[in-house]
Amino acid sequence: MVNQLLFLYCAVVIIGTGLVAVRAKNPVYSVLSVMVLFFHMAGLYLLLNAEFLAAIQIIVYAGAILVLYLFVLFLVSLRQEVKIERFIASHGVSTVVSVCLGACLLAIIPSFKLGAKGQYPVERIEQLTHTKAMGLELYSNFILPFEIAGLILLIAVIGGLVLARNEKEVNE
Amino acid sequence: MQILTIILQIAILLVIVLLHVAYATYFERKIIGHMQVRMGPMLVGYHGLLQPIADGIKSFFKEDVIPAQADKPLFLFAPVICLVTMLTSLAVIPFAKGWVLADINIGLLFIFAMSSLASYGVILAGWASNSKYTFLGGLRSMAQVISYEIPLGLSLVGVMMLSGSLNLTTIVTSQGNSFSSMYLFPQIIGFFVFFIAMLAETNRVPFDLPEAETELVSGYITEYSGMRYALFFMAEYIGMMVMASIGTICFLGGWNGPFEIPFFPPFWFILKVYGFIFFFIWIRATLPRYRYDQLMELGWKLLIPLALLNILLTGLFKILVH
Repeated sequence: MVNQLLFLYCAVVIIGTGLVAVRAKNPVYSVLSVMVLFFHMAGLYLLLNAEFLAAIQIIVYAGAILVLYLFVLFLVSLRQEVKIERFIASHGVSTVVSVCLGACLLAIIPSFKLGAKGQYPVERIEQLTHTKAMGLELYSNFILPFEIAGLILLIAVIGGLVLARNEKEVNE
Repeated sequence: MQILTIILQIAILLVIVLLHVAYATYFERKIIGHMQVRMGPMLVGYHGLLQPIADGIKSFFKEDVIPAQADKPLFLFAPVICLVTMLTSLAVIPFAKGWVLADINIGLLFIFAMSSLASYGVILAGWASNSKYTFLGGLRSMAQVISYEIPLGLSLVGVMMLSGSLNLTTIVTSQGNSFSSMYLFPQIIGFFVFFIAMLAETNRVPFDLPEAETELVSGYITEYSGMRYALFFMAEYIGMMVMASIGTICFLGGWNGPFEIPFFPPFWFILKVYGFIFFFIWIRATLPRYRYDQLMELGWKLLIPLALLNILLTGLFKILVH
């Protein structure tokens, strides 16, 4: 019962802050509402006994990535941004499209079925601790996807370095 | 009933920590005073002992000035973010065996999460005040926190590997009871990186660029006054205490000491934390401030490679031993 109430609370706040993030005129407020959204996502992970994911969600997304977003926003002139009435002219069309999309998603919900239980029921994760369970899985059964993700990130890092280098040489 | 006891425990912890914060400022002013051959606060009470209380009353009754062009909701909210995140991390710190509010499995990660969120308070304070000095302070703090969170986290990975847990109580108990089994010795590189990153993460001298008085008046807190200013101040000192506690727990064996103290098990813990805080203050009285590019170079080119090397060495050591 308590868990369901908590889930309901988190879900409602996620939807609400998501709407604020899209609709707020001041982009700083958008970023902050996304931060609140990430918090409640972490709350959902906690409800699923995934405490490691919850902590990483806050450290990486709220603590690092959103701060970088704010950094970029601060370099934009917000005074003008706030005064703009609408970013796109076809407001009516987008409303219709998003309402249709929402209706489609709602129509799909009844066909959602719970899958079969896997190797890791709640009791086993509680006994192993979530961090350990995830580490064991990630470094044994899912080592290939993990390595591929690592490689993609490495490419992004090298790409960033190359871009930064070039700009410096041009300036000199 | 259970909820009531928890609330009571939280209230007791809050009162004790806030009193400690008040007297940590006194401690700091006295030590810096004596290091600079002054007396420090002397007038209020015996040797200035009532000075923190006088300061508290003063800031409580001061006018709360809000700049006309400020972004009002964020301006009002920013100090609260700083203080709340810092206070929240107190919940997972074990002061002695069993003396912890929330003994969670991811204690260490929880503290990282909270300390990275505290930077929002600083950044938003800088932006919402709508002044050049505060804004520059906020930007600097943003860059500094992002850069130093990485070595801070990596420096503790060695400790996590040795103890095999993220739970702070387990980290302390796995260090055993003797002096030589403290993680300080096998993790000496980690401790070095942690100590420097800790100074930077708490915005203390020599890394106090976000509030560099000589350039930025007072950085991100320039426009704040009265109780809101005091909130930032409290957040900074609680941040120091939390970081000192993490250092104590991860490297100095937590509450273990040469002998047991009857009736008051956290004695050694508090002593070690105050040792750390003394170092903070000593460094503040001794070192000049880093330049911005030096700060970035130190973080990215020295601390992060050292922390990675430490992880590699710890891993090799673990493989060789087993």
